[in-house]
Amino acid sequence: MTDQETTKFDRVCEIIDKHNRNPHMLIKILQEIQEEYKYLPEEIMMYIATALGISPAFAYGVATFYSHFTLQPKGKNIIKVCDGTACHVKKSEDIIKTLESKLGLNKDKKTTDDMLFTLETVACLGACGIAPVVVINDEVHGAMNKDKTIALIEKIKEEEKANESL
Amino acid sequence: MSSTNNEVKTALIDGMITPLEGEKNLLELIRKANVELPTFCYHSDISVYGACRMCMVEVDGRGIVPACSTPIAPNMIVRTNTKQIRSMRKMILELMLASHDQSCTTCPKSDECKLQKLSRKMGITKVRFKQMDSKCPIDDSSPSIIRDPSKCVLCGDCVRVCKEIQSVGALDIANRGAYAKVTPFFGQALGKVECVNCGQCVKICPVGALMPKYNINEAWDAIHDPTKKVVVQVAPAVRVALGEYFGQKPGALSTGKITAALRMIGVDKVYDTCFSADLTIIEEATEFLGRFTKKEKLPQFTSCCPAWVKFAEQNYPELLNNLSSCKSPQQMFSSLAKEKLAKDLNISREDLVIISIMPCTAKKYEASRPEFSVNGNRDTDIVLTTKELALMMKERGIEFDNIEPASFDMPFGFKTGAGVIFGASGGVGEAVLRFASAALTPDAPVTDFKQVRGPDGLKTAEINIGDAKVSVAVVSGLANARKLIEKIKAGEASYDIIEVMACCGGCVNGGGQPVPTHEPNAVAERAKGLYADDKTMLFRNSGENPYLQKLYAEEITHEKAHELFHTEYETKPKIAHDDIVLLDGQSEVKKYHIKICFGACCLPKGAQELYVGLVKYVREKDLTNDTIFTASFGGPSCRKGPVLEINGKKIDSCTLTKAKKAIDRIIQKNINA
Repeated sequence: MTDQETTKFDRVCEIIDKHNRNPHMLIKILQEIQEEYKYLPEEIMMYIATALGISPAFAYGVATFYSHFTLQPKGKNIIKVCDGTACHVKKSEDIIKTLESKLGLNKDKKTTDDMLFTLETVACLGACGIAPVVVINDEVHGAMNKDKTIALIEKIKEEEKANESL
Repeated sequence: MSSTNNEVKTALIDGMITPLEGEKNLLELIRKANVELPTFCYHSDISVYGACRMCMVEVDGRGIVPACSTPIAPNMIVRTNTKQIRSMRKMILELMLASHDQSCTTCPKSDECKLQKLSRKMGITKVRFKQMDSKCPIDDSSPSIIRDPSKCVLCGDCVRVCKEIQSVGALDIANRGAYAKVTPFFGQALGKVECVNCGQCVKICPVGALMPKYNINEAWDAIHDPTKKVVVQVAPAVRVALGEYFGQKPGALSTGKITAALRMIGVDKVYDTCFSADLTIIEEATEFLGRFTKKEKLPQFTSCCPAWVKFAEQNYPELLNNLSSCKSPQQMFSSLAKEKLAKDLNISREDLVIISIMPCTAKKYEASRPEFSVNGNRDTDIVLTTKELALMMKERGIEFDNIEPASFDMPFGFKTGAGVIFGASGGVGEAVLRFASAALTPDAPVTDFKQVRGPDGLKTAEINIGDAKVSVAVVSGLANARKLIEKIKAGEASYDIIEVMACCGGCVNGGGQPVPTHEPNAVAERAKGLYADDKTMLFRNSGENPYLQKLYAEEITHEKAHELFHTEYETKPKIAHDDIVLLDGQSEVKKYHIKICFGACCLPKGAQELYVGLVKYVREKDLTNDTIFTASFGGPSCRKGPVLEINGKKIDSCTLTKAKKAIDRIIQKNINA
């Protein structure tokens, strides 16, 4: 772990204390911790459970119940493709398949090896009027198709390359 | 059906007028009306969950509702047997069967499986749905319990019993919908987490998803090995329960038949754990009288229940000095036998195999604890549950009804009544009191202490012995124990001696005992059976056991007794986990190695505040690059938390001031160097 991640653990302590170590605030605490780490690491989950005085298995149950929480490290850029009824009818599956082959991902492998992208499908984003919808890093893109999505991915890749060479 | 205030309120169940008498829910009312509604997940002593949907009934004006989670209202009209309900129940069962690993013929739970019984009862002869064949790996990491997730029906009974009755919470339901499963933290192995091995989950599991780990094959191997002498000890609670596997009523005494059966099975000697229970009492009561006179290390907690011992080691390290240092009767028997019997028979301890028959799954764990081995040879070689003995008897072809009872071998087969009642909650407490009262008032006859008997989770009594007043608490069920300990810690209660048994009602309700199917009072009946047996004994105070008196007079010195019969406890982490790195500086060689404990005991005592303060200090002093700061999740040495280690030096009850001083000393040393 690097020095930078120490700050993350310091944030864990802050978050737990901010909520008075109240076990009823578990979901809120997990959300805030996930914002720091981008996922919920096992040892941090154990720490939270111990600090809140709840059983670790219970905390694990909560974290796995909500699809919002993830226990695996995620990529730097998170792509969410809506596969709700409206988006599905408008061929969201095509977008998912294209992204999977473009990024070398599949049903079980959601994150690229270079940790640059994570692909998720979501049930409904409530934006059915502009279906199919793709959300990249919290930015909503409506009326998408295969080519538009690929273009967005290429753009991010170029940006990342440019950042790297700086 | 109108009802005024003067009339008894009623409900109509399948056309029968049924009076409401404070039943907790509709299911209880329906059962009172003599309709046996099927259910997997309803148990009166744990919370209502409503998961299995087997108890669906039709209520006028409400439609179809689960009876277990429906409150009762006067004038309810309920139907339990409509065409729609019957077809729903069948479909639910079929769906369960379709996602259940149906290897019934080889499943150890087969004869007790509720899913199988209900399927038969509901007349299911064919499953209309496609069989799911997602085999999950079996978890056999625990010395006591085997988990086979492919058989789980997700009733959640194990989760609730672990959480609510035992306050352990080793299992919970993870994921959701079709992916839901019962699992320990992060899918870890049961043997690596905070499970105390009590086996209450095994008893409540309606199917074969949780089973005791069988050691029957090891037992047969030892019996068939001509180079081994095989010696058996039988625990008290076994004799009032084993008969249930052969059609006897709970509580029926089958000591003589067990002894005879074990000889037919082919063991060399059959002894009684009640003998070493007497031994435990002599050691433990003497220990108690010492502490009571000096008023130190009180309350004294009993230590014969291995599930309670592990629970205490994980949750209450500060109380470990208060636990009696006595080994349990199982372990006392085995240490004595491996020392004395091996010598008497002139064989090595490796050639003496000790099998214990226990009502308990945690005893398997206890026997596997490393401190109960000498040079890798366990004191208790094999632990079998009551059920395993019944299975061996059946395999051997023993006809239970027709075997002639036999007696135990001497001398380790002789016991007093005090040793017999060990199997019931309150028994150990009463046995200590009998011994203490005889020691303090030698001329008085042996008295019974009925205040500490019975099925309640917590029983307390103030007992006058001579001039002294002894305050006793007897608690069973670990959630009850936790409540009591928290009260004591808060200064709201105080006792001199506390008996703790992990299973409600004591060992008679152990995780290795028969699962009562039609006998709601089975546990109480088994306890009654033990107290009745106690009444028939020649001696009823452990101190009067003539063979033990002889042993102490001729063979066992005080020092030897301490070596053989006492043990030590150590703090255990709830979940085994590698240390984590919190701060790792840039320098290659670190000058400051700081390790903090984040275990369940250190954390509430201020370990987090200590960490935050100390990291701040490290940064202030600009030591970040030379520091590596790690954390562990509980270790063998944290009786006095919070515990901090700086460059290998441990600081108990560490404060920020103490930690800063220690860092300052190293800074100074580095400057000097």
